[in-house]
Amino acid sequence: MKQLLTIILVMCMPVVALAAGGGGGNLDSMEPDLSDQASLQRGAQLFTNNCMGCHSAEYSRYKRVAKDLGIPKELYEKNLIFTDARFGELMNIAMPEEQAASWFGTAPPDLTLTARVNGPDWLYSYLRAFYKDESRPHGVNNAVFDNVGMPHVMVNQGGLCAEPPHLGQEPEVDPSTGEVVGDKICDDWAIEGSMEPEEFDRAMYDLTNFLVYLGEPALMDRKRIGVYVLIFIGVFFIFAYLLNREYWKDIH
Amino acid sequence: MNKLLQWVDERLPVVDAFERHMSKYYAPKNFNVWYVFGVLSMLVLVNQLLTGIWLTMMYTPTAEGAFASVEYIMRDVEYGWLLRYMHSTGASMFFLVVYLHMFRGLMYGSYQKPRELIWVFGMAIYLILMAEAFMGYVLPWGQMSYWGAQVIINLFSAIPGIGEDLALWIRGDYLISGATLNRFFALHVVAMPMVLIGLVILHILALHEVGSNNPDGIDIKKNKDADGKPKDGIPFHPYYTVHDLVPIAVFLAVFAIVVFYFPEMGGYFIEKPNFQEADPLQTPDHIAPVWYFTPFYAMLRAITFNLLGLSSQFWGVVVMGAAVAILFVLPWLDRSPVRSMRYKGWFSRGALALFAVSFVMLGYLGAEPATPIKTMLAQLGTAIYFGYFILMPFYTRMESTKPVPERVTTK
Repeated sequence: MKQLLTIILVMCMPVVALAAGGGGGNLDSMEPDLSDQASLQRGAQLFTNNCMGCHSAEYSRYKRVAKDLGIPKELYEKNLIFTDARFGELMNIAMPEEQAASWFGTAPPDLTLTARVNGPDWLYSYLRAFYKDESRPHGVNNAVFDNVGMPHVMVNQGGLCAEPPHLGQEPEVDPSTGEVVGDKICDDWAIEGSMEPEEFDRAMYDLTNFLVYLGEPALMDRKRIGVYVLIFIGVFFIFAYLLNREYWKDIH
Repeated sequence: MNKLLQWVDERLPVVDAFERHMSKYYAPKNFNVWYVFGVLSMLVLVNQLLTGIWLTMMYTPTAEGAFASVEYIMRDVEYGWLLRYMHSTGASMFFLVVYLHMFRGLMYGSYQKPRELIWVFGMAIYLILMAEAFMGYVLPWGQMSYWGAQVIINLFSAIPGIGEDLALWIRGDYLISGATLNRFFALHVVAMPMVLIGLVILHILALHEVGSNNPDGIDIKKNKDADGKPKDGIPFHPYYTVHDLVPIAVFLAVFAIVVFYFPEMGGYFIEKPNFQEADPLQTPDHIAPVWYFTPFYAMLRAITFNLLGLSSQFWGVVVMGAAVAILFVLPWLDRSPVRSMRYKGWFSRGALALFAVSFVMLGYLGAEPATPIKTMLAQLGTAIYFGYFILMPFYTRMESTKPVPERVTTK
C-alpha cells in the first residue's frame, strides 16, 4: 500500500506543476461557463454581428456552432450567416486580407483560437479596456493591448472611457466614508454607451464565453466523458488490486 | 485451439519464446514501485504508435495545410480531439516515465556489469526519443513549433566550418519551411519509430539474457534451487503481469485526468503560442522548449563565455551534446563494489541526491527567461551535472560500502 501511495504521488507531479502556473497583471478574471447555453447563444450573436465583419473563424463551421449551441438551422442561416456561405462551411469572411492590413495597419487576426492563445481573463479585460486617445488613428487606445490597431467597435453600446479603465481591482468599503470604492471600471466617460456598464460587462462575458467555446468545442464533451473514463479505470483498479492480492498471497 | 498452437509451434518457436520471456523468465521477487516505469514506458509507446497512426490518417504534412489539419482533427474528426490529446499527453508522459526509469537505474546500479549493454541501448532509446519528440513538436506548425525548431536547428550552425551547411542540409531550405516540415514528418512517422521499436527489442533481449537487477543489487542467479530456478526469483508471468496491472491502473487514471481535464497542462504540455499558426515574420516574446528538454537547454544557455577562440554558442552546443553523451559511458564510471544505493556509501547517496536536485533545477531554469542570477544557477547546475559523472570513479572507490546480504530483502 505504501508503494501505491508513492506511485500516486510521483504520478501527480505534473498536476502540481500545473498549479504553479502564473497569471497576468491587471486583468479582470472571467470564469467561462459552457453549460450556460443562453450565454453562449448571446455570445454567438454578438460575435457574428460585431466581430465577423473583420475577423474570421476559419477553423470553425457554422453547422457545428449551431448544433453545439442548440440553434435551429433555419434560424441560424437567416440571422447569423451574412455571406453566401452554406451551413456546413467554415466561418470565413469576405474582407480581403491585404486591404484590411492597409486599413488597420495589420490584418485583423482570425479569432477561432484566440481564447486558447490569450486566455479568457485577457479577452474579457481587453474587450472592456478601450479608452479615448486622440493620438491614435481611430481615436482610441486599449489598456490591455497598448497601441492596438482595432477601433472600439462597440462604442455605441459600451461607451468610451476618457482615461484608461481600472481593471483587476477588488471593490472595497472606504472606512472613513462608508462608501464602496473600486467597483467602477471608469470614473469619467467620454462617450456614454446605450448599455449600463454592468449590462455591457455581461455582454462581454457572453462574448468571451463564446470565444472560449470557439477555441475548443470539445470542451463541451471532454469533461463529461472524462468522468466515465475515470469510473471505468476505478473499477479496473479494484479488480486489478484483488487479482494481484490473490496471486501474491503465496509469495513471501 | 491446442492443435493450432501445436501446428504453429512446430514451425515457429512461439511456446519457447513465451516461456523464455514470460512464464519461465525469473524476475527477482523484491521489485518495488520503481520497477514499474519500464512497463509504463512500453504502454505509452503503444499509445503513441496507435494514436499516431490515426492522426497520420487526418494530418496534412504541408506548411499550408498542417495547422488547419490539426484544427480539423480537433473539431471535425469524431473524437479527433481525444486522439490528439492522447498523443500530446503521451509525449510528455513518455519522458516522465523514462526519466523515472533512468533514475531507478541510477539508484540501484542497474547499469553495472553485466548490464552495460542494457543501459547503452536504453540511452540510445532516450536519444532517439528526444529526436522523435522534437520533430513531432514541429508538425502542428504553430508558432512554438516553428521557432523552437528554428532555435534548435540553428545550434548546428555554431559548429565551425561545416555548421552553416549542416544546418542548411537539415532544414532543406534557408529557413524552416515546408521542406523541413515534410522531412520531419517522414522521420517522425516512419524512420524514428522503426529505430525506436528495434532498440526497445534489443533493450529487452539484453535484459532477458542477463536477468533483471533488483533494489538490493543482488545477483539472484547465484542462489538456485535443485531445479535450477533462482530461489529469489518468480516467473514474470503471471506474477508480474498481474502485479503491474495495479500501477498501470493508477497511471491510466493520471493520464486520463490530464487528457480530459488539463490537456495543455498550464502551457507545459502544449505551449500557448502553439495555438497560433507559424509565422516566419513574427518571433514569439519568449521561446522555451517543452519541459522535457529544458534541463539541456539550460546547460546550453549556461555557457556564456568564448573559449579558445571559439564562440560561446559553439561551446554551449558541445556541453549540451556532452551532457547526453556522458550518460552512455556511465557503466564504466561507477567503480563501486556494490550496485544498490542501499549498500553504497554516503558519498554516492549525496552525489545522486544533489544530481537529481540540480537536474530538476536546470529543468526549471531552462523554461525561464535568462537573468544574470538564473544563468549563474544554471552554471552551478551544469557543474554539478558533469561533476556527478566525472567524479564518480573517485567517490565510488573511496567510500566505504555496507555488506550486501546473501538473499534479497522484502518487507
